[in-house]
Amino acid sequence: MNSLSRRKFLKISGATIATAAVLASSAKSIVNAAENVTKKNGLQIIPSYCDLCFWKCGLLAYVKDGKLWKVEGNPKDPLSNGRLCPRGTGGVGAHYDTERLKSPLIRKNLRGEEKWVEVTWNEAFDYIADKMNKMKATYGPEAMALFSHGIGGNFIKHLLRAFGSPNETAPSFAQCRGPREVGFELTFGDVVGSPERTDIENAKCIVLIGSHLGENMHNTQVQEFSHAVEKGASIIVVDPRFSVAASKAKYYLPIKPGTDMALLLAWMSVIVNEKLYDADYISKYGNGFEQFAAEVSQYTPEWAYIETGIDPELIRETAREMVRYKPATLIHPGRHATWYGDDAQRSRAIALLNALMGSWGRKGGFYVPYSYSIPKYPYPSYPELMKEPLDNPNGKYPFATGEQISTGIREATITGQPYPIKGWFIYGTNLMQALPNRDETIKALQNLDLMVVVDVIPSEIAGWADVVLPESVYLERYDDLNASPFREGFVGIRQPAVEEPNDQKPNWWMAKKLGEKLGLGAYFPWKDIEEYLDIRLKLAGHSLTEIKKEGIIKGPKKPIYYDNGVEPEFLTPSGKIEFYSTQLAKAGFDPVPRYTKHPEPPVGYFRLLYGRAPVHTFSKTQSNPILADLMSENEIWVNADLAEKYGMKTGDRIKLKNQDGVISDPIKVRATERIRQDCVYMVHGFGQKSRQLRSTYKKGASDAELVTKYNTDPLMGGTAMNVNFVTFEMEV
Amino acid sequence: MPRYGMVIDTRKCVGCQDCVIACKTENNVPVGYNRDWIVTESHGKYPNIQMEIRTERCNHCSETPCVSCCPTGASHIHDVGGVVLITHEVCIGCKACVQACPYDARFIHPDGYADKCTFCIHRVEEGLKPACVEVCPTYCMYFGDLDDPNSEVSILLQSRKWHVNLPDAGTQPNIFYLT
Repeated sequence: MNSLSRRKFLKISGATIATAAVLASSAKSIVNAAENVTKKNGLQIIPSYCDLCFWKCGLLAYVKDGKLWKVEGNPKDPLSNGRLCPRGTGGVGAHYDTERLKSPLIRKNLRGEEKWVEVTWNEAFDYIADKMNKMKATYGPEAMALFSHGIGGNFIKHLLRAFGSPNETAPSFAQCRGPREVGFELTFGDVVGSPERTDIENAKCIVLIGSHLGENMHNTQVQEFSHAVEKGASIIVVDPRFSVAASKAKYYLPIKPGTDMALLLAWMSVIVNEKLYDADYISKYGNGFEQFAAEVSQYTPEWAYIETGIDPELIRETAREMVRYKPATLIHPGRHATWYGDDAQRSRAIALLNALMGSWGRKGGFYVPYSYSIPKYPYPSYPELMKEPLDNPNGKYPFATGEQISTGIREATITGQPYPIKGWFIYGTNLMQALPNRDETIKALQNLDLMVVVDVIPSEIAGWADVVLPESVYLERYDDLNASPFREGFVGIRQPAVEEPNDQKPNWWMAKKLGEKLGLGAYFPWKDIEEYLDIRLKLAGHSLTEIKKEGIIKGPKKPIYYDNGVEPEFLTPSGKIEFYSTQLAKAGFDPVPRYTKHPEPPVGYFRLLYGRAPVHTFSKTQSNPILADLMSENEIWVNADLAEKYGMKTGDRIKLKNQDGVISDPIKVRATERIRQDCVYMVHGFGQKSRQLRSTYKKGASDAELVTKYNTDPLMGGTAMNVNFVTFEMEV
Repeated sequence: MPRYGMVIDTRKCVGCQDCVIACKTENNVPVGYNRDWIVTESHGKYPNIQMEIRTERCNHCSETPCVSCCPTGASHIHDVGGVVLITHEVCIGCKACVQACPYDARFIHPDGYADKCTFCIHRVEEGLKPACVEVCPTYCMYFGDLDDPNSEVSILLQSRKWHVNLPDAGTQPNIFYLT
């Protein structure tokens, strides 16, 4: 056979698109960045940091013949250690995604109909500035609220503060890690933070409670977890689903969902009653231990067994296992903590269990992080705020400190109380998937005079906007400096490796241009972001030229444990670790965590649980062609016996109906032994409804769509979402 | 002369597919095809489950049905490291090797030739590690010379329990899984 004709035939018959063909698209390299580029075999290697999630790993972008080839970890970066996670490695696909937003859009028909007119940037900014100025005149500047996720939102935050609004939020607090931060702050006087200050690498015993490390790819944590596994750390996993981490564990506790607090209390009672705690640590740093001990001692493992379904002897054995390795025992605080409504108290119980181990501030527990200090840009002072933020009127949620409650702003937008919200500026967050109860979000946005979305793809929330502004992806733009609190101080730069394929623009440019339209030019005195970055870096004794070379500047090493020179400091009312919390008692809450029995699913219904997959971030990455190639839809995990009972097999498509009658898009069944029979599980972020994002449209099902019910945490306003029950609809 | 092989620590692998993606970008593997992949095997009844996760690819076997069946000589053993390679220009895409491989490691590239893992020989010959090994965030993959008793891979095989895939196939695979 003639080999050429054979190849040609196969080429025609193959229904695939080669990556190489995609690579031939229109992007050009940045030529004027030559001085910061390592040249090797005609390659340009540009250091930057990632934006596929919030971890901000240092990367090296490889540009070959002017086209983006691949992205690797930057070996100098302490977060990635030269190894990105699968999303970061697939970041190339974000640049080549053919479904990206290409030009500014203004809504033509009703909100949510996704009918647009393409406009110039000037027309888009005129439209926005006109609406914002009218809003300011009628309602005041605070009628404009910002929802922002990621470091890219920094310049838009600055714009909104210069405009005069105090209302700025992110779903990462009330829909995610907020309860954890509050629970730890109430106990130790400080938050866990991001990246988490968990010393996983040095831990000798690691307890994961619903935290599925390895499926959630927080890069440094996964790397450290692997090192700990290699070193033989004892791993205890508590999860209704046999997670990847469970397969590495010495003990797997198949807990009934919603009963984690009972297990935590029983563990603490064993440790207290058998006097197995770190007595020196507690006498030095603890406050209210006697009251705490008296309270928790009642929760026997036998009592907890009835709630959790965990064998009492296994509860005792795992409690003693933790004690064996203290203080290098890390009860991981998790991240997405909005589960049942008593989440800040559950997080506080996790904090207290760590306090019993003496692990806070200690090697193998929680280290004391620090940031490289880079002064802020010397802007003129912001206008005086005329009104307080309205996310939490009258301090309804008294411990929601530090960050604003996104759902509080949504609520105020619906009610107009305590004052009207008439504009939403949304940066990098798909509120349709992030906030619970989609109907409330739609109701709120119908009250707006202006809704602006900045995004790289036509996300679901962009479909509801009045104006959509297409942003450059991270590999095409500068952003603000990153100086994450970590084991060592460092500052990283994001810089462009290639140019935008179309008329996309970086967020800093949008903020400056819109600021100038609004008469706020004085707040944007820099010519461009390079000047801004250079001024900030020079204030710290560095320069833009210097940081562009390796992408990272490291600071001097400091101690990170109490045992090697860090002075313990607890910013609580007592100045100590609060085993008994007087401030909680004063506010009318339990000073020591107590057990709340949560409703269980009725017969024929199953608790809907959701989580993460290694190749996707929220609902941001599903259209990335490289990542979609590995996971283009989610599955519903159903216990094998349960699936058989319902006549379902792996691969069958079913729909899910929740307790409020909401029916999902079709989703594939995964019949598996790896989950309990009283719950089902899916990966978050699928079942998207943006008609412009054709590759993801209704691929799989959306957990967010089924989360119509949520419990609100009375301490801090977090919206607990593991409280929805679903049943199976076989007719698809 | 070295004999290249891989050792994969299944205790550390989390099945994140970073190796798959790194291979795709490094080698421009077309959408819809992979040169490496993840296998998750679980046994038992909930909650008593045993599970092994491993990353798989061409085993670069010492006994090679894919080479012996090739009518054109395109499928061959490279003169360095015993790596099994395919000369794309010579391959006619007849699929004999695809059928012969007991590991299902080969596919026909849309351009008409058989394709598979090369152990990133273009990188190895520059002193680098294969892209999958270099990227792995769990550090579960090791690459090196199996004939050198002092290499990292040899030492791991001496000190840990391991298995290979389809030992009865008679292929003498050069990828080893630590358990």
